[in-house]
Formats: sequence, C-alpha cells, structure tokens
Amino acid sequence: MGIHRGHKARPAEWLAEKFIFLVSLSAILMVLLIFLFVAREALPVLFGETNTALVQKPIPPDEVDKHSAAELEAYLEITPDQLARMSKETLRSLMDVKVEAQNDIPEEFRNDPDARINTTEWQYLLKAHQWSGYDKPEHIWQPVGQVKKFNIIPLFVGTLKVTLIGLFFAVPLAVGAAIYVSQLARPRTREILKPVIEMLSGIPSVVVGFFALLVMATVLQSIFHYQTRLNAFVAGIALGFAVIPVIFSIAEDALTSVPRAYTQGALALGASRWQTAWQIVLPAALPGVFAAAVLGFGRAIGETMIVLMVCSASVMSWSIFDSARSITTTIAAEMAEAVSGGPHYRILFLLGALLFAATFLSNMAGDFVIHRFKQKLEGKK
Amino acid sequence: MNTLTPSEYLPEKSADTTRFTRNFRAEKFDFWSFFFSGLTGAATWLIVAILATILLNIGINGWSAISWHFVSTIPKKDFFDANTTGVLPMIVGTSIRVIVMTIFVIPVGVITAIYLTEYAANTSLLTRIIRAAVNNLAGVPSIVFGLFGLGFFINFVGKNLDKILHNTDAVWGQPALVWASLTLAVMTLPVVIVATEESLKAIPAGLREASLALGATKLQTILRVVLPQALPGILTGGILAVSRAAGEVAPILFTGVAYYMASLPSHLSDQFMDLGYHVFVLSTQSPNIEQTRPILYATVLVLLILTFALNLVAVLIRSNIRKKMRSMH
Amino acid sequence: MAEITMPKMNLPGTATTVSASAPLIAIENLSLYYGASKALKNISLGLGEKVVTAFIGPSGCGKSTLLRCLNRMNDLIDNVRIEGSCKIGGHDIYAKDVDAIELRKRVGMVFQKSNPFPKSIYENVAYGLRLHGMKAKSELDAVVEKSLRGAALWDEVKDRLHSSALGLSGGQQQRLCIARAIAIRPEIILMDEPASALDPLATARIEELILELKKEFTIVIVTHNMQQAARISDYTAFFYIGELIEFDTTAKIFTNPSKRQTEDYVTGRFG
Repeated sequence: MGIHRGHKARPAEWLAEKFIFLVSLSAILMVLLIFLFVAREALPVLFGETNTALVQKPIPPDEVDKHSAAELEAYLEITPDQLARMSKETLRSLMDVKVEAQNDIPEEFRNDPDARINTTEWQYLLKAHQWSGYDKPEHIWQPVGQVKKFNIIPLFVGTLKVTLIGLFFAVPLAVGAAIYVSQLARPRTREILKPVIEMLSGIPSVVVGFFALLVMATVLQSIFHYQTRLNAFVAGIALGFAVIPVIFSIAEDALTSVPRAYTQGALALGASRWQTAWQIVLPAALPGVFAAAVLGFGRAIGETMIVLMVCSASVMSWSIFDSARSITTTIAAEMAEAVSGGPHYRILFLLGALLFAATFLSNMAGDFVIHRFKQKLEGKK
Repeated sequence: MNTLTPSEYLPEKSADTTRFTRNFRAEKFDFWSFFFSGLTGAATWLIVAILATILLNIGINGWSAISWHFVSTIPKKDFFDANTTGVLPMIVGTSIRVIVMTIFVIPVGVITAIYLTEYAANTSLLTRIIRAAVNNLAGVPSIVFGLFGLGFFINFVGKNLDKILHNTDAVWGQPALVWASLTLAVMTLPVVIVATEESLKAIPAGLREASLALGATKLQTILRVVLPQALPGILTGGILAVSRAAGEVAPILFTGVAYYMASLPSHLSDQFMDLGYHVFVLSTQSPNIEQTRPILYATVLVLLILTFALNLVAVLIRSNIRKKMRSMH
Repeated sequence: MAEITMPKMNLPGTATTVSASAPLIAIENLSLYYGASKALKNISLGLGEKVVTAFIGPSGCGKSTLLRCLNRMNDLIDNVRIEGSCKIGGHDIYAKDVDAIELRKRVGMVFQKSNPFPKSIYENVAYGLRLHGMKAKSELDAVVEKSLRGAALWDEVKDRLHSSALGLSGGQQQRLCIARAIAIRPEIILMDEPASALDPLATARIEELILELKKEFTIVIVTHNMQQAARISDYTAFFYIGELIEFDTTAKIFTNPSKRQTEDYVTGRFG
C-alpha cells in the first residue's frame, strides 16, 4: 500500500467516518423534528381550519362539490386522510347526519350568540370577549362545557407570574452563591460547595413539587398568612429551587473564567476580596451572569410538574397569592381529556409550539451572549 | 522622554512623616466588604440548607415508612391503601424505560461527541450548528418532548407502522414503553454528548499524536487509545442521563405511562407504571392525604435513591475528571 | 537576546556596601512550603530604601515566590505555609494583627503579564485611588495625570483617557499598570519580570522608567534577563533552587562574584 490519501486507500475507515458524521447530525435532526411535529399538530388552528361553533350554517348534501376539501374537513371535523378514504355515499350520509344534528340543537342554544362563535379564531384566543352571562369582556380559558373558551392570555399571565416569582427568588441567591463560591470561599471549601449545590439539580422536579405541596405550602402559609394554601407564590419558590442550580452553574462558570490576572491586579492594589469580586470580576463577567439568568428563565417557563402539583386553577390575576395555571401545566393536565385531532388537542399543541419557540429564543440568546463573552475574554473579538 | 524632574511629575508625596514606620494594621474596619461577603456566604449556605432540608425530610419520613413488602409488592387497584400497596411495578417500569433509553441514547451521543471533538473543525458552520442544536435540545421544556413523542413517535411513526404491519387494532400507534423510552432518549441526548465531549477533551493531545505517529489510523487511535481513556466520562454521561430520565415525568405523560396496570409490562408496546408519575398521582389524587402520607414518602424515597444516588456517583466522577483536566493545563 | 542600543542615561552612582544597618525590608530566616515541599529555604536578606534590587536566578529558583511574600500575595494560594520573619520598616508583615489589604496598599506590584482591568485607561488608574477613599473629581484627575506622566504614558494616551485600556499595546499596558501602581504612592514597588513579555523597544522604555522611579520608590524587581539586572539594579540577589546563593552590589555580582554558582549563572554557563 502506497502513501495514498482518500477513501480508496482505506474504504472501511472512510465508511466509518461518514457514518460518524451522519450520526452526529442527529441532534440537528431532532430539533427540526420536534419543531416540525409539534407545529404540525397545531397548524390547523393557525390556518383557521378548526371550527368549534355549535351552530353552523348547514351545507346541503347536494352542494358537496361546491366546497373545497379543507372546508369540508373543518365542517365535518375529519382529517384529510379520512376524507380521502371516504366514498361518496359515506360522505353524503355523514353530511345528512351533520344537518340533522344541527336541526336537533335546542332552541335556547340556537339563540345564544356564543353558540355561533368559532372560539378557535385568533380574536377569541387572544382578546377579551364578553360571553353571554358575563357583565364585561374577559379573558377565559375554559376548554370544557357547551361553549369551549380557549383564551390563552390567562395561561401566559400564569406562566409569567410563576416564572418571575421563581427568578426573583432564585437569581439573587444563585448569583450570590456563585460570587461566594468562585471568589470568596477558600479553594477547599469551594471544592465541596460546588458539587453540593449542583446536586440540587439532581432532585427530580416531581420530588420538588411533592415537597412544596406537602411541606413548604404549610410552612409558607403559617409565615405569610395568606388565604389559599396553594398559590403562585408557593409554586414560584419551588420553581426557584429547580432553577437555582442552573443559574448557579452558569454564573459560577462565567465568574471563574475571568482571568486571575484581573483579580491579582486588584488585590495587589489593596482591594479587599469583596471589592475585587464586585468591582472587577463581576463587571467583567456580567454578560455571562446575565446569560445565566436568561437560561434560568428558559428552564423556569418550561418546568411542568412543580407548577402542576402546586397550583393549577386558571384564574386571570396578577396577585402572587392567587392561584395560577401555566402553559406547561395546562398541556400536562388537559392532553389526556382532549380528543385526538380536535380543536382542544390542537390548541394544546399550539401552546407547546409557542413554549418551544420561547425557550428556543431564550436559549439562543443566552448561548450567544456566553459565546461572545468567552471570545472576548480570550481576546478574540 | 520628557525633561521634567521626578518630583515635578510624580504624585505628591504624602505629608505623612510616619511613612515607613507606621504599622500595617487596618486603619478602619471595612464594614461593607464584611457585610457583603457575609451576605453572599449566607445565600450559599441557604441553598445548602434547602437541599439538606429536602433530603432529610424525605430521608427520615421515608425511611420509617419503607419496608421490603412495600418495594416487592404489586398493588391492587386501590393503591392508596397503606397496608397492601407496593411499588414493584413502578420500580420495574421506571427501570425498563430507562434501560431501553440508554440503549438508544448512548451510541448516538457518544458518536456525536466523537465527531465534535475528533473530526469536526471547531470553527466550521456545521459544527456550530450542531453545537447550537445540542444546546437547544438541552433547553427544550420536558413537556414539549412529551408533545413531540405523541406527535411524532405515536401519531406518525407508530400509526404508520400499524398501517404497514396491517394491524387492525392499534399496537404501535398508542402510548407504549418504547415510545416513552425513545422520547427520553431524545431528551437526554445532550447530557450524554456534553459529558462525553468533556472527557474526550480531557485526554492529552500528546496521546493521540503518539498513536498516530506509530502509524495508527485516526479511527484506530480513537477506538484503542481515546475511547478507553474516555470511559469514565462516558460512564458519567450515561449515569447522568439515567438519573435525569428516571425522575422525569412530563415527557412520559402522553407517551406511555399508565395510571394503573395489574401486571408488569412484558412487551415494548405495553404501557407501564412509573415511580415519578406515581408520586404525582399519590400526592394529587389521594382521597385522604393524611393516610397516603407514609406511602407517599416511601415512594419518594425510592425514587430519590434511584435518581440521586446515581447523580451523586456521576458528580463525583465528573469533579474528578475536571480536577485532572485543570492540573493538566 | 540580541543586544540593543540603550538610550544614553545618567547611570546612578552605585553603592559599594550592602545596605545600612537598618534596612527597609528585613527578611530573616524565611522558609516557604507548598504543602510538604519547601520552596524557599532559610532566606535572610536586607533591602535598602530607594534603591533597585534585582532577584535573579534560573526559573523555579523561588525568586518570584519570595517577591510575592513581600506583599503577601502568597496568602491567596491554599496550602502555603511560611516560617521565619519578614519585616518592613521594622514591622513584621506576617504578624497576627497585620491586615494584608493595608499592606498591599503600601507595597505595590507590577506583574509579568500586563493586567489592566477591562475598564477605561482613566478608570484603571483611578481604581486604586477610589479604593483609598479619594472621591473628588478634580483630585482624581490631577493624580491620574501625574501618575500617567510618571509612567511616561501621558503623551500617548491623554486624548483617549476614556477608551478601553485593552486597546493599548503591550508596552503601553505595562506602563499603565505601573501608573496604576504608583498612583496610590506605595512605599515599595514589586516588579515580577515586568518586561519579559515585551519587545526590546518597549523593554527599554520600562527600564528607563524604573531608573526614574527609584528616585522616589524602593523597587524590587524579578528578572531572568541578566543584562537587564546589570543595567538597572543597584543590588542583586542570586537564587538557586529556593536558596539565596549570593547577595551583593550589582557591580560585584556581575564582575567579581564570590560564589562559583553565581559566576556560572551570570556568565551563562547554565540557567
């Protein structure tokens, strides 16, 4: 064998390398697939192809040909697949049934303006609406009952409320601990403290949820004397437990990666350890610490079990001692009762897609900031 | 060079005549440094205290409620009864789903890490995209993985599999052990990649060069020199992935977990019971929380032992690797 | 290193005897351990006021470690233990009631690699002043300017005082670090191979500066460049594997050392 290059010289090696390369693309593939398949189930809502109106304008079976496939699918609440496999006769009889069902709707419903509303339209998903029986326009998420209300604003408020409480609690603690562990503690103490704090991330969130539900809720209520035992406050604090190790790890890493030369320079000028940490190290590591908070935010809005176990009523309220229902909680709690392929199911997927987009963006932003920060420290700009 | 004499351009000499004879005691107590050092120290110890409280609370209450009967019994339908219940099917279910997951995730994760450290050019666009994808995958909320499992594995792969195999009833197109495991495999992929990569990077370049200089091919070098050295790191990745996956509930909610099953799962298309989900059920659906409390604590303790012990081992191995790496530089 | 032509300067009249009876810095029987290994062995040394003393020796000989004992920068490393005493102005700096921070305010340091903070040029110099409680803007401005002039940097940076210090060249950064150190008027300036990372031209400027500074400050400099030690120092201490081999006037060390090891080193037979 001569000293030739290329795949002819060692075909097995060449094949193995290609294989390794292909497998390494799996992470990209997975991100794409997640986006594709979560969005795919939500698409009909985005394109207005779902209809939840109880009272619809009946389409006479004779006029089948005048309507597009998409319209028929929405009208009959069937999938394109089902429509394609359906014979003309089945389709016709299905349409007869639909017309009959429409005729069977009792008179009092027929006169209710709510019954004519397709609640999956954007305006009902986002804007407040004055439903019959209410005295002012309201944002309501109420996916059960005759008229299913899918306003997603209360869920956003709930998510933000719990997340912000969690971050409010977690960021100062985690960043404070990161400063202490990386700058102030003796090296030997640091070797112990760091893994101990990171161990917190090893506690499953369902266990944190359990602890918050059984122990913390009671303790906090006896301290703060609020009405509802399970509320956004308890959930937020518990959420903080889950986020602390995330923020701590990243912030500690950022603070440690500030060159020791800076620290030594300041100490040699007679700065105290704290002055060095606060005036020299922290400003230099600020982008990394900021990124830690952003990534912590991403982790917090995606956390499911803790909020699911601690509070779940969907009320539209900014008060921290009221209950709150987050997006994740809603998906987890309602997916089982949603009819596969129905409007409720699709809206839950839509929520999932929004959640994915939100965490995707916050992760990208966080990683970007950290990447830039590290490059700057290494002197490449 | 300017022509000023030093005394003209140097800062004023202080009028202090005790210069050189003054001692080095602190002139005044630096209150703020003391205060803030104490504050950040308090934050640190508060976190440690929270961790200790959770662990001790569960450890003490769980230990008094746990028994051999409890971990080896298949419960009746009413598993809220403290005297007859057990968690055997949950332990089995959680273990199997994690083992199946490992079979999928370890090879893919390790190979990806090998590509990233041994083959990829660090600056190439593709490498950066792969890294970004790994980072993003790590940040996707667990419930979204659940939706993905439902939308992709069950509704797409499973349903089409049923069509191809001409199953009249849904066999694969429904929640099943294999789909839950696959969903978890996707979720833990970044954990394995990052841990493996870390341990691969910790191997000195000299070792690779020595092997290459002896005429070994790159692949031979990787298989015979690099991978054996990286084994502890790969092990860490595997353990971390297992410990993370064992405690996750959200991704399996729609992809395979069952509220109750009378028998243990025997097939990949079976559903299964799960420890984490059982904790959720016991703490939120119990008709009488005071009576359920002991078995709840016992279940949580079993789950913690399973996940936390593994995590502890992984953290120890990892900090060892990091120490080695630091001493190298 | 290639010979470079030095700018003509007024070389100081070298003292011929080693120090007066009461030296400013008196190191007695000082030993330093890293864990179990002894890095400095029973060093005794007296350094005079307003002179430049050079520590030379092959790398790993303990010269930097000894330098860092003088402002207690070794405190920052775990497992370091020190025996013996080190007195500055008659005060043992390792005594229990000594505040290392107070000590470092009065014993300044310039590092091997220039390490300006990631702040503006102005803020770099003002940082130490603020630490010492100087607040008034006019006062700060005046001292910053004087310090920068003192470090022979003012003319080059006066128009961009508020741009980042990281944009300066290596030599300028090092002079900025010197300005930062002299701004707080320390009594002693420790320099740990301050020119080793610089090109010959920048090195020459730093050396020139050191000769100017010694009129006001006591300077201890670690260097592995023997020509540099010969050019700028009044006294030279030669170290070898943690031991002080010889300490004398620079002229004596380089022309007529009394120890064989010193001679071998300064003539370039090893090191």
